[in-house]
Amino acid sequence: MKDWPLWEVFVRGKGGLSHRHVGSVHAADPKMAIEHARDAYTRRMEGVSLWVVPSAQITASDPGDAAALFEPAEDKVYRHPTFYSIPDHIKHI
Amino acid sequence: MNALATYALRLGDDSLILGQRLSEWCGHAPALEVDLSLANVALDQIGQATHFLALAGELEGRGRDADALAFRRDVMDFTNCLLVEQPNGDFAQTIARQFLFSHYQELLFAALAASKHERFAAIAAKAVKEVKYHATLASDWVVRLGDGTEESKQHMIAGLDWMWRFADEMFAMDAVDAAALEAGVGIDKAALKPAWNQRIDLVLADATLERPASRRPVLGGRRGHHSEHLGHLLSELQFLQRAYPGATW
Repeated sequence: MKDWPLWEVFVRGKGGLSHRHVGSVHAADPKMAIEHARDAYTRRMEGVSLWVVPSAQITASDPGDAAALFEPAEDKVYRHPTFYSIPDHIKHI
Repeated sequence: MNALATYALRLGDDSLILGQRLSEWCGHAPALEVDLSLANVALDQIGQATHFLALAGELEGRGRDADALAFRRDVMDFTNCLLVEQPNGDFAQTIARQFLFSHYQELLFAALAASKHERFAAIAAKAVKEVKYHATLASDWVVRLGDGTEESKQHMIAGLDWMWRFADEMFAMDAVDAAALEAGVGIDKAALKPAWNQRIDLVLADATLERPASRRPVLGGRRGHHSEHLGHLLSELQFLQRAYPGATW
């Protein structure tokens, strides 16, 4: 069981929301990964849907490139949609 | 105890003893994730036991609550089937027990949810969802171990071989079952056997396993004739209430 691959777990909190990354589990196959994710991450009514993705399939950005990737956005405040007023009852935006 | 109280007691005892057995894995399972899986199943079973034992106490009408029934009865007063008290053995043996029992329990609760008795029906309707997951979880493991490596297959065969002789008792009908059925409260457990056989055979085929050979079934749990294993289980389960009667925290 030491050689079980790692899977990233995503939970949809309720209908209409996106799946959010919550953690990871070890499992031998996709079905086992779903079962482990269910048992580890939805014990307290956290979700209505699960995704599991083999961690090895995730391509991450290189932390060394962070400055080039993300800092250029810092001085471009005009990209924020701050001109729109959001009604109070819209919670997830 | 009257027949209906005994009927509830048996359902509660099955869940209680299996829940206690499974909880022995806590901290010892082969992987952290499996530890959580087994603990979740154990907690579902303990929850069912709480409801059924409380109902048994009410139907009996002598003032015993779920705790009194769980912690202050001696071994010969327990009415669980022998399957659930069998030792965990290795992981495959635990899975074998869960596999045989959960499929029975799912069929049982699905039928009991239509009981004329509101309380039995309500507990069963809630529990059947839990148990459906247990049956899937156990079946998946039977397939993984049975159709896994040569070693895992041998363990799965040995586990099923140990548990198989205790399967028939689950479907046995006696006077209590007949009375509960007659009253429109209980169900015909014997009638569940064909559907159970079909489910078990499907999974075994998927797992490339032979159905274990039929042999003389071992009965007696419902009448309090238990294996030596149950006494040891109860000594752990009941220790605190025996040593410190009425202790709460």
